[in-house]
Amino acid sequence: MPWERLYNWSRKRSLWPLFSGLACCAIEMICAAAARFDQARFGMDIVRPSPRQADLMIVSGTVTKKMAPQIVRLYNQMAEPKYVIAMGACAISGGPFKEGYNVVSGVDQLIPVDVYVPGCPPRPEALYNAFLALHARWDRETIRGLRWYQKGADEGIPEPALGPDLVDWRLADKIAQKRSE
Amino acid sequence: MPEQVQPSQQTAGALSTLEARFPGAVQPAEYEGLVIAPDRLVEVATCLRDELGYTYLSCVTGVDYPAPTARFPARLEAVYHLFRATGGPLTLHVHAERDGLGVPSLAGVWPAANVHERETWDMLGIRFEGHPDLRRILLWEGFAGHPLRKDWHEPYYEADHKPFASRYPKGHPLRAEERTPLSCNLQYPPDWSPEGWESEAEVPVYARMDEYAAGDWRSMRTTDQIVINLGPQHPSTHGILRLVARLDGETIQQLEPVLGYLHRCHEKIGERNTWLGNVPYTDRLDYVCSMSNNFGYATAVEKLLGVEVPERAEYIRVIMAELTRVMNHLVAIGFFTNDIGVYLTAMLYALQERELIVDLFEMASGSRMMCNYFRFGGVARDLPEGFLPLAKELVYERIPRRVDELERFLVDNEVFRARTIGVGVLPPAKAIAYGCTGPLLRASGVPYDVRRVEPYSIYDTFDWDVVVRYNGDVYDRFMVRFEEMRQSLRVLRQALERLPDGPILAGKKQADVKVPAGEVYGRVESPKGELGFYLVSNGGTNPYRYRIRTPSFANLGVLGELCRGHLVADVVAILASIDVTLGEVDR
Amino acid sequence: MVGWGILKSLSVTLGRFVMTYVDDLKWFFKGGFGKRYSPAALAVRQSPKGRGIFTVQYPKERLPLPENYRTFPFQVLDPQTGKTRCTACGTCARVCPPQCIWIVRATNPKTGRPAREPAEFHVDVSICMSCGLCAEFCPADALKMDHAYEITADQRDGAFLWGLERLAKPLAYHAEIHPTDYAAEQAARERKGARKKK
Repeated sequence: MPWERLYNWSRKRSLWPLFSGLACCAIEMICAAAARFDQARFGMDIVRPSPRQADLMIVSGTVTKKMAPQIVRLYNQMAEPKYVIAMGACAISGGPFKEGYNVVSGVDQLIPVDVYVPGCPPRPEALYNAFLALHARWDRETIRGLRWYQKGADEGIPEPALGPDLVDWRLADKIAQKRSE
Repeated sequence: MPEQVQPSQQTAGALSTLEARFPGAVQPAEYEGLVIAPDRLVEVATCLRDELGYTYLSCVTGVDYPAPTARFPARLEAVYHLFRATGGPLTLHVHAERDGLGVPSLAGVWPAANVHERETWDMLGIRFEGHPDLRRILLWEGFAGHPLRKDWHEPYYEADHKPFASRYPKGHPLRAEERTPLSCNLQYPPDWSPEGWESEAEVPVYARMDEYAAGDWRSMRTTDQIVINLGPQHPSTHGILRLVARLDGETIQQLEPVLGYLHRCHEKIGERNTWLGNVPYTDRLDYVCSMSNNFGYATAVEKLLGVEVPERAEYIRVIMAELTRVMNHLVAIGFFTNDIGVYLTAMLYALQERELIVDLFEMASGSRMMCNYFRFGGVARDLPEGFLPLAKELVYERIPRRVDELERFLVDNEVFRARTIGVGVLPPAKAIAYGCTGPLLRASGVPYDVRRVEPYSIYDTFDWDVVVRYNGDVYDRFMVRFEEMRQSLRVLRQALERLPDGPILAGKKQADVKVPAGEVYGRVESPKGELGFYLVSNGGTNPYRYRIRTPSFANLGVLGELCRGHLVADVVAILASIDVTLGEVDR
Repeated sequence: MVGWGILKSLSVTLGRFVMTYVDDLKWFFKGGFGKRYSPAALAVRQSPKGRGIFTVQYPKERLPLPENYRTFPFQVLDPQTGKTRCTACGTCARVCPPQCIWIVRATNPKTGRPAREPAEFHVDVSICMSCGLCAEFCPADALKMDHAYEITADQRDGAFLWGLERLAKPLAYHAEIHPTDYAAEQAARERKGARKKK
């Protein structure tokens, strides 16, 4: 539909990322925003740490259990339309630190992810490729089909808490079941 | 049965003095250093500090020996590394029991011990009696267990050591999530239930902030103090660092860093990895300066292996290390200007030069940031053809011009001077007592540079100066960084001129490295300070204990003191002048 | 005079700003707008001699990658046998620091003894840290590090566990991206072949 094409086209030209750099991939993300691989060419130079103005959360770096509540809180605070790119091996699956006791094995255990970019760290150009992949997805999206315009859309993901290990409330039933076994 | 290692001259000297003063409390340790009885520890420590000149405590850590070793029974051992003005470490070992007798805290003797003892309590469960605030530092209050103990297994535990048998020859891929009962990296105590449970992780953090007096009367207004959080999501904390601050208006009354948001379990994974497999992991410690981290680890392991590095490899190592130093200082200055409000201008200039240096690393090692370039006995591969002309052009022409331009941009600027002169002054005695190293220490007037006091590699064959300034404020720390870049360029010019031909690796390249039993504390001067690796080997293919003493972690101990009485905006400037990288702080 | 330092700083920024236009005009006068974005111009702009705009206009321009660059491993497909050179020795699986390589060694169907080729070979690219140790220690010149970095996926399941079909790339590709390495390999093989003939 022509208004959907206009909607998608305008979003492509001004996607504002959230500055959520966690670890080493954050340096490549900063290099992607710096002079050599200028992000402003894509309209993405408004990088602010506040989630209220951001459209895109680039999770760059290892998500640790201690940081997990904050990541979920940031995602909840972003206004729709919001997208997530999991940048780097650590954000996809925990990466080389997967076996660590303080590492969440992939940010998609906490929040829904739209594009995954492997690499350790991925080059800035690989991150741009991810942006282009996200843009390409939008060409296929319809306004009716968007996640946040559905009935009963998510009211926000419950924030995990820090206990004997990270407590993910969505797993409470499973924990009770394992305990009774 | 390991042969009795002869103690170094320094240890023997300390042993004889201490045996005379404290008979029965001191004996030689298994491999290196002295074992001190816990009840006399504080007296011995005070004697070492005041009379024998060991004013600098670099690292406090612990090792878990669940089985008896050759000379001592099963124990939890607290290990301290002390230094004097020059020379290597004096290692002290103190034996403690699991869940029993603890060790007296040395935070009163060396304030540097404060953060290190908290980490040792967190990781190993050694209780430090008399510590002002013994809380977990990298994990959170309420976490079940002490992870670095040998009997504590992580949720994705497969085997004690890599390589795992499940990968070959019958390696059907199985994701770690499919192996665990909860399908993710979580495990809970068997009797714990989430119903009716509330998290208590934040309670002790804010409890520390509660001791304040209600505001004084100001004319016609009552004021109160407020506790705020800077971070962990913050543009100016150089990563995910949280600072809890109690403010009176805009003035900081108390500031406590909360760490651990990037704790990636390097030390536990390091014990599972093989010796060679740890080299790529060291890249990810201080991720801005990966070559320096490789250098530190390779230096430490080569001390244990007793291998000598060929000359060409030494020159290549020095070239890479000094290029890293230039790059790190550029980035530190660039990010600092970003934080104080110049926003992107100088940061982009600094990152542009970084990109050119990183092109060199990419050409030689194969990756911009995670170089994985050093091996035990040399470097991984030789310099490719285009490297030397490009490096010479950068070092002789481009970078000196750009450093001068950056200095012209900043040094006389009135706003920069107003933000940095007189802010965050660190007196030299306090800097040494808190275990600060690197530009932070040298800006306070203490000419301590590991390349000079305990020379490693071939640094003693080059003509260069240690850069010192005397005011100890934020301005001086940045002037030290500018001058250090010039000294690094001086070393680089000499190294590039004198680079000899020859082999780049001692012996053949080896995947299975067996390191003889022993322990070592190997350190290098990384751009941020002293980077030390404490390695204990039991003769196998994997480290027994892999401890990383990082400069950023130790330097952060002094942040609370430095920020007291300053404004919130100054906290950002002071933190940027300490120059931390969170990968290094939290490991 | 108060403000002199600020003026000095501003002069640095102004100089750089003016230089970006001067540099662009220099290339423009050499041959029109096209010249500004040619590969020759890119090489000069990205070198220490570059004075103007430092930007690489990705995706229209791409930086050339050095030979040693490492992204993920790939298996070299031998054109003569049609199979990869891998002998299933297991060195790469043992040396990989995060243990992301899984190998099932094939069995010779007639003798029932282990064969020198893999029945299955998987690399979990979502764990791979691109260290290159697998390629460095491969004794059969079978595993090499690739240069391809433009990889994305929508879903995690099944996208990042790569088997032999996805990992195998022709020898000509290896020769193209690693010219010196390939030349050294060929020279070593010829020397070995000559020794065997004797």
